[in-house]
Amino acid sequence: MSDTVIRPARVALVGNPNSGKTALFNALTGARQKVANYAGVTVERKEGLLTTADGRSISVLDLPGTYSLRARSPDEVVTRDAVLGKLAGETAPDVLVAVADATNLRLVLRLILELKAVGRPMVLALNMYDIAQRQGLRIDLEGLARELGCPIVTTVATRKRGIEDLVAQVDALARAGDLSAKSTWREPDAGEIRQAHREAQRILKAHVRPPERPDTLTGKIDSVLLHPVAGLAILLAVLFLMFQAVFTWAKPVQDLIDQAFQALGGLVAHTLPPGLLTSFLTDGVISGVGSVLVFLPQILVLFLFIILLEDLGYMARAAFLMDRIMGGAGLHGRAFIPLLSSFACAIPGIMATRVIDNKRDRLTTILVAPLMTCSARIPVYTLIISAFIPSRTVLGVMNLQGLVMFGLYGAGILSALGVSFVTRRFLWRGAVEPFLMELPTYKAPDAENVARSLFLRGKIFVTRAGTIIFPMMILVWFFSSFPGAPAGAKDPAINYSIAGHIGRFIQPAFAPVGFNWQMIVALIPGFAAREVAVAALGTVYALGAGDAQPGMLATTLAHHWSIATGLAFLAWYVFSPQCASTFGVIKRETNSWRWPVIAFGYMLALAYIAALIVYQIARAAGLG
Amino acid sequence: MIINRKNQVPDRPMHDMLAEPITSPTAPIQGAAEGRLVRLSTARPGDRGVIIEVRAESHPGDHGVGVEELQRRLLEFGFVEGAGIEILHEGAIRRDPIAVRLDDMRIALRRRDAEDVWILLDPR
Repeated sequence: MSDTVIRPARVALVGNPNSGKTALFNALTGARQKVANYAGVTVERKEGLLTTADGRSISVLDLPGTYSLRARSPDEVVTRDAVLGKLAGETAPDVLVAVADATNLRLVLRLILELKAVGRPMVLALNMYDIAQRQGLRIDLEGLARELGCPIVTTVATRKRGIEDLVAQVDALARAGDLSAKSTWREPDAGEIRQAHREAQRILKAHVRPPERPDTLTGKIDSVLLHPVAGLAILLAVLFLMFQAVFTWAKPVQDLIDQAFQALGGLVAHTLPPGLLTSFLTDGVISGVGSVLVFLPQILVLFLFIILLEDLGYMARAAFLMDRIMGGAGLHGRAFIPLLSSFACAIPGIMATRVIDNKRDRLTTILVAPLMTCSARIPVYTLIISAFIPSRTVLGVMNLQGLVMFGLYGAGILSALGVSFVTRRFLWRGAVEPFLMELPTYKAPDAENVARSLFLRGKIFVTRAGTIIFPMMILVWFFSSFPGAPAGAKDPAINYSIAGHIGRFIQPAFAPVGFNWQMIVALIPGFAAREVAVAALGTVYALGAGDAQPGMLATTLAHHWSIATGLAFLAWYVFSPQCASTFGVIKRETNSWRWPVIAFGYMLALAYIAALIVYQIARAAGLG
Repeated sequence: MIINRKNQVPDRPMHDMLAEPITSPTAPIQGAAEGRLVRLSTARPGDRGVIIEVRAESHPGDHGVGVEELQRRLLEFGFVEGAGIEILHEGAIRRDPIAVRLDDMRIALRRRDAEDVWILLDPR
């Protein structure tokens, strides 16, 4: 074939979830990977390059894990269409590599029978072969290869065993380039699935001897981790540890990043003459990029936990334990992980909803994820709490300020559950998707694969958030800087800007919730990132940069605002549709403007109502 | 036929006689007289047996997908006639969802989705 000379041969990895497919992909391609999205859908496309022994390049595509070509989720649609060569903008693969967990062959054999019908050249990689051997599982490789009509390679992806062999087999098939077979695949009906199972069963019986020493560890661990009481207690302990880590481990690095960006801003402000360009660079570009990067340490710690728990096999157990609890609110057990991520930042949380098969379940989760208390709210909460809530001990042991903080977290969680409940009840009545999930055997995570996944997550966050936040920051900077202050003006420049005008113009609408126009002006830059509102409050109350310490600002706020206003501001912040990048990500993930608009609308309504109730009650209680 | 022996009491008979899948609940089954035919949705941890039939009939229109689709998904996950099954765990609230050992795999599912899976329980 002439075109194989021009372009590298294309290989696609297909297999069940938990078959070690990603580890095999890493072993094949090493660092030569790139991640993007498939055109028009928000499914991650992972592609890498490998070089054969004689120097030929082969491109490897890691397709989402599936049990069947009969696709049910957007991920599985991609796998099916890629295998069939029907995916827009993709060439059909020259060779398929079916990846199988050698200790768990039953379901993958049925998938392989489906893949055979596609008619592409195929290699079967029996991965985790070391575990199979340890268990004394005996596989008649020659017989199985004959039966399936494709070469078989045994691999241990985490130890890079069998990789050269696999590459050689793939290369041989790619060179032969036998694409004469036409695909005879079509969606199987129930009878055909049963038939395929019988066939898989027959093949297993003929060529695989059951393990002499089967894994008993998973069963033993599960009897503790899936225990109705002990299991939930352990899950809570794991979550507690995770939150501790997210907030304590990440802190020093966050401070460092923060200081570095402040120093950079200071340097620019010193070297360049004051003016529009300098303001653009320091207030727009540098503080904008800084406000995103400062969350990177937290997100990396969070993802480290998630990846470790996922690779260990625990995440499926967490989904099992949480399914009914979340199901009461109409959420899927799998929504647990995305919502958990949203405590650090809603952006990775919304991106993580891709694990949810069903569109409605996924949309519900996306809609409520921004209600979880992300870490960008913390600086604002801390500021307002220290300004308005006295630090005194209540009920003997608890600090009132800590209690209020806890209450704000609780309000976020409860409102998320409430909104999803209402969504389920009124928007998508009665449609509860089936919940079927494999509980994989526990496995020790592999350091290299964990590191690689973590790096990938960090990279995706930075690029994704960067490309969305950056233009937003520029826009917000523009609103807060134009037009500039007139000569001889006494008030801070932001008061004369478009933001200042907007603030004063819409203030009457916020009078019932007790907000003054300065607060509204500060909320506008808060759209770029929530915590920016703290700095903006400093600006509108004309504090010099040096005095903008939280302590000083808190005193100023306590002087200018009533307690009722302070409390209303807190209530507003629990729900407020802020952080433009969240809506940007919702737009990207749902491929439509409809969902960000709905999310914005309902959050705005909730924020206003909550602030109104809190303000009016507090006023009635004499705190106005 | 592979039946994972990990949770198997050694003296318990294997389901070797069921190596050929049974497609009808009325097919003669050795030892059927001692067992009970139940829906998987009503089984409790410790129950074990063999899947006799996977139907497509309960609560049409209530699964978010059609009953035929639910049946196909169950079949694809290995809930297929002849498979050995054991209920391992159940959730804290309303004993839902359940975790089962299905031949040599572990699967979690909700009881409402398990109604059409009929199993013949081994005599206790």
